[in-house]
Amino acid sequence: MDVPVHDVLIVGGGGAGLRAAIAIAEDYPEISVGVISKVYPMRSHTVAAEGGAAAVIKDNDSLDDHAYDTISGSDWLADQDAVEVLVSEAPAEMIQLEHWGCPWSREPDGEVAVRPFGGMQTERTWYAADKTGFHMLHSLFQTSLKFDSIVRYDEWFVTSLVLEDGRPHGVTAIELKSGEVHAIGARAVILCTGGAGRVYPFTTNSNIKTGDGMALAYRAGVPLKDMEFVQYHPTGLPGTGILITEAARGEGGVLVNRDGYRYLQDYDLGEPLELDDPNHPQKRTMELGPRDRLSQAFIHEREKERTIEGPHGDYVNLDLTHLGERTITRKIPMVRELAVRYVGIDPVTEPIPVRTVVHYMMGGIDTDVEARTLQPGLFAAGECACVSVNGANRLGSNSLTELLVYGARAARSAARFAGETPDVSLAALRTGQEAQRQRITEWLSPGAGGGETVAGLRSSLGDALEEGAGIFRDESSLQQACDTIRNLKQRFENVKLTDTSRTFNYELTAALELECMLDVGEAIAHSALARTESRGSHQRTDHPERDDERFLNHSLAYQTDGDPRIDYRDVVITRWPPGKRTYGTD
Amino acid sequence: MDRHYVRKLPATWWLRKRTYLVFMLRELTSVFVVAYALFLMVVIWRADDPGSFSGLFDALDSPVGLVLHAIVLAALLFHSITWINLTPKVLVLWRDDEQVDPRLIAGANYLGWVVASAVLAWLVLK
Amino acid sequence: MAPTDSDLSGRPVVMDVFRFLPDEETEPRFQRYEIPYRDDDVVLDALNHIKAEVDATLSFRWACRMGVCGSCGMMVNGEPRLTCETFVNEFHPEPIRIEPLAHFPVARDLVINMENFMDTLPTVKPWLMPADPKPIEEGEFLQSPGELATYKRFSMCINCMLCYSACPVYGLDETFIGPAALALAQRYNLDSRDGGKAERANVVTSHEGIWECTYVGDCTRVCPKEVDPAGAIQMAKLSYATDWVKSMLLPGG
Repeated sequence: MDVPVHDVLIVGGGGAGLRAAIAIAEDYPEISVGVISKVYPMRSHTVAAEGGAAAVIKDNDSLDDHAYDTISGSDWLADQDAVEVLVSEAPAEMIQLEHWGCPWSREPDGEVAVRPFGGMQTERTWYAADKTGFHMLHSLFQTSLKFDSIVRYDEWFVTSLVLEDGRPHGVTAIELKSGEVHAIGARAVILCTGGAGRVYPFTTNSNIKTGDGMALAYRAGVPLKDMEFVQYHPTGLPGTGILITEAARGEGGVLVNRDGYRYLQDYDLGEPLELDDPNHPQKRTMELGPRDRLSQAFIHEREKERTIEGPHGDYVNLDLTHLGERTITRKIPMVRELAVRYVGIDPVTEPIPVRTVVHYMMGGIDTDVEARTLQPGLFAAGECACVSVNGANRLGSNSLTELLVYGARAARSAARFAGETPDVSLAALRTGQEAQRQRITEWLSPGAGGGETVAGLRSSLGDALEEGAGIFRDESSLQQACDTIRNLKQRFENVKLTDTSRTFNYELTAALELECMLDVGEAIAHSALARTESRGSHQRTDHPERDDERFLNHSLAYQTDGDPRIDYRDVVITRWPPGKRTYGTD
Repeated sequence: MDRHYVRKLPATWWLRKRTYLVFMLRELTSVFVVAYALFLMVVIWRADDPGSFSGLFDALDSPVGLVLHAIVLAALLFHSITWINLTPKVLVLWRDDEQVDPRLIAGANYLGWVVASAVLAWLVLK
Repeated sequence: MAPTDSDLSGRPVVMDVFRFLPDEETEPRFQRYEIPYRDDDVVLDALNHIKAEVDATLSFRWACRMGVCGSCGMMVNGEPRLTCETFVNEFHPEPIRIEPLAHFPVARDLVINMENFMDTLPTVKPWLMPADPKPIEEGEFLQSPGELATYKRFSMCINCMLCYSACPVYGLDETFIGPAALALAQRYNLDSRDGGKAERANVVTSHEGIWECTYVGDCTRVCPKEVDPAGAIQMAKLSYATDWVKSMLLPGG
């Protein structure tokens, strides 16, 4: 069996993965690069991002302001050196993407336009209407087609990393169309596999966000960092969880409870301005506060019985009616399409029902500023990685920027590493391939497995996390989540596949994804249990205060034979000593 | 392709959907356009020989002749209408970032058609 | 969405789904499933219900469930639709027939093989070739809102392949480059920053390019994102034809 070998293999074909591939093809044309993805790259979840990508380009802005907003937004858990890298490299990356054809929305004079976004004191979010992720992904994908040197493995599901003698040799993967297990060699591997929102039952995330790369790194001995920090976006559609972008609030949309009251003013987010006030929406105030605080406010409103009951649970109203049809169709047309189609509401005339929904993982594979993990030769970038630029809470529109900056950095690091690393071992690859092949064959044999179903276990995992590790947690809820997940992992040994065929067996991939989700879930629950403070999106009702003395550090969850071992590493502080995180004041 | 299932389009594919049928009829009208153009060329070619002419007109001045002409007229109208409706697809005009209403483009073409037909009719009937 | 009828909600949704398991069968068949009706279900929800609760062997592609990723295109009652945007109550209580997208080889069940498109797309050079390249340090290329508007529509393609399923030319001849790829070429041709129109000409105006299109127009009708690929192709025809005439009349320019 032929084993293709590359210098660098990128797992995941979304924004970070494609940016990395292009960086290698352009700057290191002599090295061979492969991109392997379980879906066609255009299907990657980057495509669903809506609001925009932040970068400093206007005269009224500064890198320090962007850094401060990001660091305070992170509740001081972000590594400040990583943030400084992000904000300083962002403008060039974004202009590069524009040079590659990205159709950014423009000012009348032809310059790129920017809009206000949550937690940012100045507008700096570049946008392409409200389909920014779609346009970024397609611009990157189409640009990547220029390079014959980028070899793609579309619809190949990576099942393991092949590591030997302290370095990677490549991966094993199932070619979905044949069901065959192959090995692909690489001196350096970059994981760009995205987040894991699908471990929760109600999420904006697409079906493919199952934390596959996080699990691969975890099993390779690399810790998962800050996993307890799960972002709930304040405005998802009830029932489906489909995202209604923060840009709707950036354009002036407001959140009101059952009494039509802009409730955010009760939660230390400043004073509301009148809707026709020229300064509305005010930056870092009210609806433009950070996502964690807005989501927490929703829960408080629900406890006070001021939310509205609906067929899909409680919700509040996102009112855009004062924006006018022209603004809505020009700046946030997809918001209107989604609302009309999925909840039968035209936001021009009626408010949109919205509620909190799991959206983003601040945590992920532990990397440094060069996108390196503790495993030499293994790199990570994008949502699957935790550098950390987002700390305990991410500001909207920083994540798309992070894909570009850290995707490119990962590429450079990986290319350098590959250049200094000897050939991979075909023997190691074949051994790994054979082991995986046997495992899959066993799973697909008709008599295999016991009484558990993939769908059933996945549902139980989601319930456990939503119950135990939601917006507000406490020791007993988290302990329960840890216990349930431990039990689910045991039950997983008895999973039975009904579909035992080879070609496009999506039950098999769902089982493999579930296995990854269980690893991610245990890292989330145990990290959250261990952090006895409240910070950003991790809110402990039994430890409601932020505790910089004990917890100004990152959690590191290491896989063991039993429960994960949680360790800590200090946060890197450069120029912004920890301060009070305030919104709504001048 | 090995083990793929390939669904071939039957020769009657155009009967499957209304849009396909309308398309085929539209394409068919070009036959009428060409045929009638040839007919007119023959008429013009034979214009200096009144003898063969009158025989032709006698043949046409009959119920069959009228029905044939009605069919040809319907086909040419359908051809022209679908053609003119296509013009805004090809000619997209912008005023700043607003598109000029496609109906204006089509409308201008309809106007041109009507005017040209009127002029031609006047010439022929005079 | 159709109005709810409490009488309808008691009746199961009947789905006739195309099945093809290449590992076991050489011929496809239809399998009927009956599942509970839920008022705001889309067809994709129904398929997921089948997979989770009734028959885990049914394979189909899906990801975002919100109409941006392009994964979930299938034939629903003979028309190519995005199943995440198609509501069950559009058909219920009539049976719903689900088949893989037409004009593509079927790999398994509702999963088609779209490698042909993936191989063809790069040949039209769907990337920006700046007319006046400049370094990043000099900032963004300026582009007015009006200039952006001229190609914006054609940039909205999510590569869902519904247009290829609607196009009889592609159905009869899979070497036809097809609506989405040609619309994307036109998107770049119209981009004020681009100077690559001539470079794309070879492939776009080839035998398999725009001139094979006979403007059936069904691609535009089925496009879920209102890209209007038929319009793009007709514009490209006028544009390239004009260029050709100019080059004939004005030798040397």
